[in-house]
Amino acid sequence: MKLRDTLHLSLKTVASYRTRSLLIVLAMALGVAAVVVLTALGDGARRYVVGQFSSIGTNLIVVLPGRAETSGGFPGAALGQTPRDLTLADARALGHLPQVRRYAPLNVGVAELAAASRLREVTVLGSTADLLPVRHMRLAQGSFLAQERGAERSAQIILGAQLVREFFPQGNAVGQRVRLGDRRFLVSGVLAPQGESMGFNSDEIVIIPIGYAQALFNTSSLFRILVETKSRGDLASAKDAILDILKQRHDGEEDVTVITQDAVLATFDRILRALTLGVAGIAAISLAVAGILVMNVMLVAVSQRTSEIGLLKAIGAPSADVHRLFLAEALWLSLAGGMTGFALGHFGSLLIRIAYPQLPAWPPVWASFAGVGVAFATGLLASLLPAARAARLDPVRALGGK
Amino acid sequence: MICLTTISRVFQMGEQDVRALSKVNLEITSGDYVSIMGPSGSGKSTLLNIIGLLDRPDSGRYELDGRDVTGLSETERARVRREKIGFVFQSFHLVPRLTAAENIELPLILDGVAPAERRARVNEALQGFNLGDRAGHRPPELSGGQRQRVAIARATILRPTALLADEPTGNLDHRIGAEVMALLERLHNTGTTLIVVTHDRELGARAHRHIAMRDGEIVADEK
Repeated sequence: MKLRDTLHLSLKTVASYRTRSLLIVLAMALGVAAVVVLTALGDGARRYVVGQFSSIGTNLIVVLPGRAETSGGFPGAALGQTPRDLTLADARALGHLPQVRRYAPLNVGVAELAAASRLREVTVLGSTADLLPVRHMRLAQGSFLAQERGAERSAQIILGAQLVREFFPQGNAVGQRVRLGDRRFLVSGVLAPQGESMGFNSDEIVIIPIGYAQALFNTSSLFRILVETKSRGDLASAKDAILDILKQRHDGEEDVTVITQDAVLATFDRILRALTLGVAGIAAISLAVAGILVMNVMLVAVSQRTSEIGLLKAIGAPSADVHRLFLAEALWLSLAGGMTGFALGHFGSLLIRIAYPQLPAWPPVWASFAGVGVAFATGLLASLLPAARAARLDPVRALGGK
Repeated sequence: MICLTTISRVFQMGEQDVRALSKVNLEITSGDYVSIMGPSGSGKSTLLNIIGLLDRPDSGRYELDGRDVTGLSETERARVRREKIGFVFQSFHLVPRLTAAENIELPLILDGVAPAERRARVNEALQGFNLGDRAGHRPPELSGGQRQRVAIARATILRPTALLADEPTGNLDHRIGAEVMALLERLHNTGTTLIVVTHDRELGARAHRHIAMRDGEIVADEK
């Protein structure tokens, strides 16, 4: 029997048992659609989280003074040198790199804040206007540190949300004068409440121009330089460029450490990918169930069509032909089920995207193909037993309907 | 030429062994017209099934057209059935979801005949068996006589050397049964060996050779 005829004859059979075939195709389709939709959801969630992460600074590079790794004898030590400090001039040099969108030098210290006859110790950040966008902070009131050059001179102070609640319960903080250490500052803005982030509670900090901070803490070195690159793709080259430029400026000494936020994101990415795979696995179980349904229905078909199988053998069909006919039936059913499920799954994902536009629920390509592939495989596997049973039937008994 | 030597076939019915055929020797020359008669359980259908290579004897030797077919593999037996044997059954055994034409076409498909030639031969058969206007009908829409004509057309489409009929008129009324027998005899007249199993005496008498069976043995064999 020719392959073409096998396929044609089995297709005719599948088409003639309409209800039975529709049910199997439906079960298969739902299984495949479940795989497609669930992976679309999982992958959509992953992309959403990655996107959110990117928005709070995946393009962020943190430069800190000193080397974090242990290496051989520090060459400068013999000459009585210590690692050089990071300076404002270093920070400005980084600002000229082509990959860098903006940067913010950072000094941190603790000082006493006094206002409205209240007093407490606060964490002081000294920085520039770009700290706000670099750290993705938001203001509740007023304005941030002034942008123009030399603005470090003006005695502005930005208060954290918690501090405003404590010092100015009426909320009229902007425009008030406060004392920080031994200097007076004018409150120009209030941070929106944001809670803990990057190691300190930003609700309990004050931000002042970097020049004042350096004067306050009597230092010319920086605690960190935060650098934001133009895109995530620039991270690696920016990291190298930063190391290069600082090495040059530090007499050939690589005495800074450069950290990217990318590592954290990569971890999240991996976790969510694993989650998607897990969900896909669960959905694949429904495919396995569909496979068992196919097996059942095919077994019933074999027993219903026993005398027909007997007849085929009587008119000269070898067992192999009978076997192939039943496999081909399962193949058609799986094919129809897989394709319908594929379409259904993509339609479902489209509906999700329409309902939740912020969730990029695109089914991953691998999931669509895996879904259809698994449907195919289960369909064929499930029909192996019924097909073998049909092929093994004794023609005399089969003709008698036994 | 069909040549059976000491053929035995034993069925197991629960604890008991039932001897359906017991050392049967039989020789049927090509082109003969043979009836096999006997009461139910006499082994006549089993004999027909063994001749038609549907069943295997437990012992003995079967030669078909000079070739020993006793020990052939399942695939080989299917091939011999397809090429040399045509079966006609009491209950027609048509595939209900296929049309008359498609039922007749089945053996050609199994034999790997090209579609164009299949169509030509099926049309020829439809005309030859006076089924031209019934080609597109499914078995449930056909009368008993038409169904058996479709079955005979299917059995003979590959031009077998032997036509084996097991109670071919058992499900038909007398007049239609006679028509079907006439059709089978017409095929016999073109050179096909015709073997008919029946317990209808009148029908059996029409054959040229009459074999009577009882309890798995041939008890009479008259020309």
